[in-house]
Amino acid sequence: MATDTVPASGPIEEKPADIIARGIKARYAAERRFKLYGILAILFGLTFLCFLFGSIIAKGHMAFVQTSWKLNVFLDPEVINPDGGTPTEQELLTANYAVLAKRAMAKQLGFDPKSRREARDASKLLSRDVDLEIRRVVMADPSLIGKTVPIWVLASDRVDSLEKGSLDRNLPARQRKISDQQLAWMDKGTAEGFLEKRFNWGLFTNGASSSPETAGIGVAMVGSLYMMLIVVVLAVPLGVAAAVYLEEFAPQNYWTDMIEVNINNLAAVPSIVFGLLGLAIFINFAGLPRSASLVGGLVLTLMTLPTIIIATRAALKAVPPSIREAAYGVGASKMQTITHHVLPLSIPGILTGTIVGLAQALGETAPLLMIGMVAFVVEYPTSPMQPATALPVQIYMWATSAERGFVERTSGAALILVAVLICMNLIAVILRRRYERRW
Amino acid sequence: MVTQISVKELQMLKMPTVEVQGTDDKPATSESAKVVARDVNVYYGDKHAIKDVSVDVPDRAVMAFIGPSGCGKSTFLRCINRMNDTIPICRVNGKIVIDEQDIYDPSLDVVQLRARVGMVFQKPNPFPKSIYENVAYGPRIHGLCKGKAQLDQVVEESLERAGLWKEVKDRLEDPGTGLSGGQQQRLCIARAIAVNPELILMDEPCSALDPIATAKVEELIDELKSNFCIIIVTHSMQQAARVSQRTAFFHLGVLVEEGPTAEIFTNPKDKRTQDYITGRFG
Repeated sequence: MATDTVPASGPIEEKPADIIARGIKARYAAERRFKLYGILAILFGLTFLCFLFGSIIAKGHMAFVQTSWKLNVFLDPEVINPDGGTPTEQELLTANYAVLAKRAMAKQLGFDPKSRREARDASKLLSRDVDLEIRRVVMADPSLIGKTVPIWVLASDRVDSLEKGSLDRNLPARQRKISDQQLAWMDKGTAEGFLEKRFNWGLFTNGASSSPETAGIGVAMVGSLYMMLIVVVLAVPLGVAAAVYLEEFAPQNYWTDMIEVNINNLAAVPSIVFGLLGLAIFINFAGLPRSASLVGGLVLTLMTLPTIIIATRAALKAVPPSIREAAYGVGASKMQTITHHVLPLSIPGILTGTIVGLAQALGETAPLLMIGMVAFVVEYPTSPMQPATALPVQIYMWATSAERGFVERTSGAALILVAVLICMNLIAVILRRRYERRW
Repeated sequence: MVTQISVKELQMLKMPTVEVQGTDDKPATSESAKVVARDVNVYYGDKHAIKDVSVDVPDRAVMAFIGPSGCGKSTFLRCINRMNDTIPICRVNGKIVIDEQDIYDPSLDVVQLRARVGMVFQKPNPFPKSIYENVAYGPRIHGLCKGKAQLDQVVEESLERAGLWKEVKDRLEDPGTGLSGGQQQRLCIARAIAVNPELILMDEPCSALDPIATAKVEELIDELKSNFCIIIVTHSMQQAARVSQRTAFFHLGVLVEEGPTAEIFTNPKDKRTQDYITGRFG
């Protein structure tokens, strides 16, 4: 070491500037190294994020289009109401629309409608729910009966998979489960423009279905919406009131310390435990219906409360004491100080916390499984008391199905959920930016 | 050791002797005093911050509290409008009487007291609202004005008295936080006088201001003293000499000496006062 060779009291003692100069290189090197670690960490994170998004977009983007047939359906009055006269609603509901679809296919593809084998093969190209689609058109406008109407109906899952390329058309017919005849029909349809990929509105409007082409997240979205409404209505006022009391009014003692610690603990309780709690209290004890979005909303409210309380308290704490002093100084009472000055100034923070809490609740799955929201719900719930599912639960249910259509729907629904969450977080960021104050 | 400050020393302090006021002031007695404090003790938890302070504050005059940092002058000031109530660990003993009313009497309402005793803080703290709202807030919450016209008038008068009207009359709806530091502090003074208090407490009102803004605020204090009783806490001895008629010197929580400003600065009785004003400590 250089310092060892030079005696401390020697005439050629090193100047401090030299000592500093010697060390400075190492200091800058440490700084550069630290920066590099940071950049590497960010790159690592970004890579995984890109991979995640790349994978769900690659798998999910096809869920937003669906292969459809354009059928020129002759709405034969003989089939719809053989008795003649004005068809009753009952007749319209129970008519044999499948026959109409079959006849339309025969005409379109040019085979004899009497040929049972060809008719069966052709009907396999269409969704099983094709009769429902024709019924919807007829019930919307019964005056169409007796006319030939072009109707876009969904193709079957297999046709859809072939069209989207997720099923290889070069496979032997047995493996692809589409006969050569059917493939020829499909090519004819594509060539003549009556087989086409169209935007999949059904994904957003349909409820649960066992055939993937008619399954959608409509019911799940309504369920999630009901739950979010319940959370907003219950958790925000409760949370803000609790936070204001704890922050502004509560005396500092053993009990308030205990409450504070437990609120923080509550925020860390695993969500499945909240689900068990909801099952025990809201369903078994209070007797609320199972699978109802009301119960889901109540459970999510319990989960969101700690988040909102903590965020609100932080926002209240961030209001500078000078503002309170100013208000007290002109003779405002405690309540006036809080409602006129402290709360308005902390609203951006409260809103941000609330939106982040809501986003958390929206993506929550485990507690909803416990209270039976993992159900096969076809009909839209008309009230929060009726069975519903939620977006993340719907993703979970689709993820357990094997059909190609469900695989792409799983990713598609995940994309929608992520998009909604990103929107909510964006709103939180924008609110914070806009109302951020400097004192 | 000098026992008396020479004129030369005062000039070194840049304290023009001719401007020292209050030479004709008679010592305040309990009868003419606005605020009478007797044996006031303040504790922050275990810390004994103010020890047996007794002082009389004259009406329609400016009284200055001076002393080194941490001597308790601000703490004592905050006892006078019970601002210390907002600090949970703070305890106040003793008696403070404003106009023969004990302000620590349990029957006294603290909101009413603070409406009578206005306060201006060290750092300008306008509400993050419009200039108009800042001034109108006090009269509004106390219900002092009937109707918008009367409120407008009070706002204008208060801003006028605070010497701010000419500068802000065209932008009353602009945020108060957008004004300059000196304007903000005058806005805070306007806010305090809008509720027409009897007493104004000022806690180092100029410490965050530049010399020009300070001069304006001091001028304002001088004008306000004809209508209000003003107590000002200040670090600047020059400021105390310029604006006050009486001065009290605090040291380590004890009121060391109190008297007419000129006397404190030219002929202090206590050695600690003398050391402080000649710049030997603090």
